[in-house]
Amino acid sequence: MRVVENLNRALHEVLAADPKARLLGEDLLDPYGGAFKATRGLSTAFPGQVLTTPISENAITGVGAGLALCGETAIVEIMFSDFVTLAFDQIVNFAAKSVSMYGTRVPMRLIVRLPTGGGRGYGPTHSQSLQKHFIGVPGLDVYEMSPLHDNRAVLAAMIASQRPCVFFEDKVLYTKRMHQVDDPFTWDLTDGLARVHVDAPPDCVIIAPGGVTHRAVAAMRRLLIEQEIICTLLVPSRLHPLDVTSLVAAARGAKSVVVAEESTAGGTWGAEVAHRLHQELWGVLRNPVALAHSADSVIPTASHLERAVLLTETTIHDTVLESLK
Amino acid sequence: MTTTDLDRLLLIRHFERALLDLFAKGELNGTTHTCLGQEIVPVAVSGLLGPDDRVFSNHRGHGHYLARFDDPAGLLAEIMGREGAVCGGVGGSQHILRDGYVSTGVQGESLPVAAGAALHLRGSGALACAYIGDGTWGEGAVYESLNLAALWGLPLLVVVEHNGIAQTTPTELAMSGDIAARCAAFGVRHVALPADDVGAVRAVLEPLVSSVRTGSPLVVEFAVNRLGPHSKGDDTRSGVDELRDWYRDMSGDTGFAEADARAHDLVDSVVREVKARPASRWDR
Repeated sequence: MRVVENLNRALHEVLAADPKARLLGEDLLDPYGGAFKATRGLSTAFPGQVLTTPISENAITGVGAGLALCGETAIVEIMFSDFVTLAFDQIVNFAAKSVSMYGTRVPMRLIVRLPTGGGRGYGPTHSQSLQKHFIGVPGLDVYEMSPLHDNRAVLAAMIASQRPCVFFEDKVLYTKRMHQVDDPFTWDLTDGLARVHVDAPPDCVIIAPGGVTHRAVAAMRRLLIEQEIICTLLVPSRLHPLDVTSLVAAARGAKSVVVAEESTAGGTWGAEVAHRLHQELWGVLRNPVALAHSADSVIPTASHLERAVLLTETTIHDTVLESLK
Repeated sequence: MTTTDLDRLLLIRHFERALLDLFAKGELNGTTHTCLGQEIVPVAVSGLLGPDDRVFSNHRGHGHYLARFDDPAGLLAEIMGREGAVCGGVGGSQHILRDGYVSTGVQGESLPVAAGAALHLRGSGALACAYIGDGTWGEGAVYESLNLAALWGLPLLVVVEHNGIAQTTPTELAMSGDIAARCAAFGVRHVALPADDVGAVRAVLEPLVSSVRTGSPLVVEFAVNRLGPHSKGDDTRSGVDELRDWYRDMSGDTGFAEADARAHDLVDSVVREVKARPASRWDR
């Protein structure tokens, strides 16, 4: 099953399980079914629960927050995550703050879905990975879609948390297969943390969000075949707040740790992860945690220029090699 | 006007005066925005709302709260960070949540949320009522929300307290055209009213508000005078004392002096009692 089909099935299940749950966004209605087809069939199956909206990211996110404030579950799709900047106030100043600024815990079941990332030639305003701007917002959870995490469980966890969540969905994942990891690697999943590994202690632990999975595994394959360097990949579903305990346990024995993400340089999620690991493993780690990310640049449209800016398999490969020097 | 309405008007007036007095004495933290001069609007509107209606207030919301809930002590405790505060002292003057009433401190932010609440309420007979100011019309969220309200037939009542000044900026420096024409552009009904008589306001609004409940959104624009500063003592205007004030206009009415004394004494005792309370506690 492709990732987008898994996501689509998960959305079906949310709307079927709760007739009051609603999905809002631009161009969601069948037969189009959303820009990336994640919502295909939903407006036909649940006509009263799926609303197509005007191009009003601020308002539709606010409407979702209003529904959540009234006790409903609301899922808002922003067509490209780049446009979430237009909804930043509603997410940061209303939805996330409402969880606690009124003195008691207010349940807010709001999920803002964010098709994200580059690699498809959409250019500077349709290719960004803006996760870092949502790290450390009190009351807000940041998740990223992954080919190793069943979206049914991920959506269920977000709803159960009763906190507003932003869900970054790397667009290149939609057409990939779920749970496909080729030999010699195997994968497992424990408490929301996916692990891709071979049956041997790793030289390097790579920590990456779901959208980077394929690039990381490709780098790991090359490192293993060409240099006999063994890597383990850890993919958390929730990027923030981060459950650092399991990362620490896995990183403790490795010679190096690399955090890889598609965000452009500066103030990254990886910097936060590195800081948390340094706090726990200072004096144990042989080298500082290394960061792999895209360049400090807008994301160009032409494919040769885009490749030069975005995080690639080679970026991760080279960062791992450097970290082991 | 019933005694209750007058009591409420006077309660808000004396509450706001007491806040400015407490600020002057250095007994309040932060800032506050009083609604002196605008009291008739929430008192009149609240009389048309039911228990299932949702109210969205703003930075200048003490009148909205006191017209909805008979709870000056809870509000003052919230503003002063004392035990018994509505929201534990976390939200303060601008951020209150209680029984379907919510206020936020960002201009225009509440209207999309109110539209969401109205979507939740659609078909139930209840409505979402959002108070905004003339300055709020500078925010794009207002227009996105009006569009949705009309498109989706939302039971949304937008109450505009048009006091002619946004902080220190007069409306003519901030608004091209007018609110009526902006509403017309979205196919949203608009009515402009003076805010000098509670009964007269209700008589006009009662049938209109009934139709909001069946999914026909409405913007009510009140002409009001802001008699106090935007925040504490930051008024840059001259001639504020000459502005029309319902308090002065009604002061000769039968029973006014007695009601005024009652409200003054009530607020005075609330201030003394709340000040003496221990600090509020917050379990994060």
